[in-house]
Amino acid sequence: MVQPARTLDEPNDKARLAVWKFTSCDGCQLSLLDCEDELLQLADCMEIAYFMEASSNPSPGPYDLSLVEGSVTTADEVRRIREIRAQSRVLVTIGACATAGGIQALRNFADVDDFIAAVYAQPEYIDTLKTSTPISTHVAVDFELHGCPINKKQLLEVISAFLHRRPPQVPPHSVCIECKMRGNVCVWVAHGTPCMGPVTHAGCGAICPAYSRGCYGCYGPKENPNTASLSHWWQRELGAEKVVLIENLRNFNAAAPDFEAESRRQEGGDGQK
Amino acid sequence: MAKSKTIKVDYLARVEGEGALYIRYDDAGVHDVKLKIFEPPRFFEGFMRGRDFREAPDITARICGICPIAYQMSAVHAMEDALGLTLPPELHALRRLIYCGEWIESHTLHIYMLHAPDFLGYPGAVAMAKDHPQIVQDGLSIKKAGNAIVGLLGGREVHPINVRVGGFYRVPSAGELQPLREQLLHGRDMAMETVRWAVSLPFPKFERALSEQYEFVALSHSNEYPMNRGSIVSTRGLAIPVRDYDSHFREEHVEYSSALHSTLIERGAYFVGPMARYNLNYDRLSPMVRQVAGEMGFPPFCANPFHSIVVRSLEVLFAFDEAVRLIDEYRKPDVAYISAETHAGTGYGATEAPRGLLYHRYSIDDAGKITEAKIVAPTSQNQKTIEDDLRLMLPKFMHLPEKQLQAQCEQAIRNYDPCISCSTHFLKMNLQRVERTSS
Repeated sequence: MVQPARTLDEPNDKARLAVWKFTSCDGCQLSLLDCEDELLQLADCMEIAYFMEASSNPSPGPYDLSLVEGSVTTADEVRRIREIRAQSRVLVTIGACATAGGIQALRNFADVDDFIAAVYAQPEYIDTLKTSTPISTHVAVDFELHGCPINKKQLLEVISAFLHRRPPQVPPHSVCIECKMRGNVCVWVAHGTPCMGPVTHAGCGAICPAYSRGCYGCYGPKENPNTASLSHWWQRELGAEKVVLIENLRNFNAAAPDFEAESRRQEGGDGQK
Repeated sequence: MAKSKTIKVDYLARVEGEGALYIRYDDAGVHDVKLKIFEPPRFFEGFMRGRDFREAPDITARICGICPIAYQMSAVHAMEDALGLTLPPELHALRRLIYCGEWIESHTLHIYMLHAPDFLGYPGAVAMAKDHPQIVQDGLSIKKAGNAIVGLLGGREVHPINVRVGGFYRVPSAGELQPLREQLLHGRDMAMETVRWAVSLPFPKFERALSEQYEFVALSHSNEYPMNRGSIVSTRGLAIPVRDYDSHFREEHVEYSSALHSTLIERGAYFVGPMARYNLNYDRLSPMVRQVAGEMGFPPFCANPFHSIVVRSLEVLFAFDEAVRLIDEYRKPDVAYISAETHAGTGYGATEAPRGLLYHRYSIDDAGKITEAKIVAPTSQNQKTIEDDLRLMLPKFMHLPEKQLQAQCEQAIRNYDPCISCSTHFLKMNLQRVERTSS
């Protein structure tokens, strides 16, 4: 899903940045405020024109770079993302919600009315779609940055690439590669711990194996993942229960096509959606 | 015909999540206050049913990007309660240390980036940094020290990966914690400066009459300033174990909000968060923090919600002091986690998120699958109190020009550091002057 970034056609005085929130936990936009060493410098390079979590002075579009967090779960959000697209020269989605529907996409595998009834005493007050979908389902997206949450260094790389008019250097390989680069002992080989690393997109720095646990796939599928092989190995060689495998394919990136298809195949569905 | 005015704020800025405010009032008084939460629902309690109990800390962390540790802590405590697990003191100490990190980063974010601009008249911290670069840089540097704790113990700042039922996946050696110590000592000095600076801010005068005084609710523990454990107490004599929460607190679903309103049964609105913790547990703050508060002339009981920024800064100072103490006394636990045989049960957990009491309850079956989940976030508990504040405050500020009045209302909401994306919470606000016939 990695696409080349579009860049500014001609130099501006200062590129205008907007940060948008859809259905989410706010964690990915918080990653920008967690850039403690770079935030003020960034504010020097760009005009932060719209960022409701950080400023009560939103300025109208158009915007040069829109960072979009969150998934689409209401009719109003469908309308709103189209408006934002129309006002944005470059639109980058950040995080598992925006790129793969987020944890709230678990509703896509069930009847959302059951969830509403489980949580709310007055279901008639609740206005929500039956699905949680990535931003790319609704509008064209110039670049997708994966992760639940995103890695703030990768976010700075994406912004920096935009400012320097080059494609972001965000490699599409698996967590396994990062694990080797970090010098981790393989938790799968050494301890027989089921790990999603072989099919999961790099970017986190392989922290779970570094903390003695298997990767649980929070960065979503890598480029061309062999999920069928992973399923085979988890169950046949590591003795993992099928339900555990499905839970790992179906958490924060449940609506990512590669994970969704494999989880449905394992469940005995058609596998091709 | 009387002139009635409406304050509407469509999208409240500098809070986490999305929400709005609607107030209708005229010279005779305030007729309607609605804190509207329009954050789309995410149904955590619904889709957790059927999931493995071991997933609870990873899944519930995703409720909130600002306070994921709080969700992980309440979840693991509830699960350990259901399974009858008791952790050794060394693992409790490590949990307290990571919670200190979250208090520091979350409180400092709120103090410097979300709340201070209200007092100094800026739309946000970036604009404020143009005139007060040192203040904003200090804030970022203090926040970074808090994130360093969460990053080391949790693996990363947002949605940490190292917390599990029974303890941690991996525990650090004493040597690994040492480099943090220097950063924390420096952070503690800066936090002391933050208290001095926060006390000097211009505060709107707002104290409730005695008959309308808040009921503050927080955890209380015999020998700790509350973070991870304790019983639930209040300033009106409530004193219950966490497992009795549901018999004393009730959630209501109101039409204009996707977040449930929480009330004390038969008593109504209550107030959770730093001010509640401080007012109920002042004696358990470290001597250094009490001394600093005393030197600043800040009293042990505080009832003006605009002073919450000072209380937060005192809690940041405390969290640094506590983190240094925990590192100095650290002994690596013999095991990273303890486990027990999975069996059916119901467990209760409440911890002190930066924004206040966070309650979790889970039932699991013999296979360890969650059959029921209930999560009550701090902001839903404060919603009614925030509305009451606005109702009581407005007559005092009605003479202000419209724009200032709206700013005052927004600031009053930010006193609570509302976290609207938690679970289902969302808040939005816009100001509109209309004329209409009063009903």
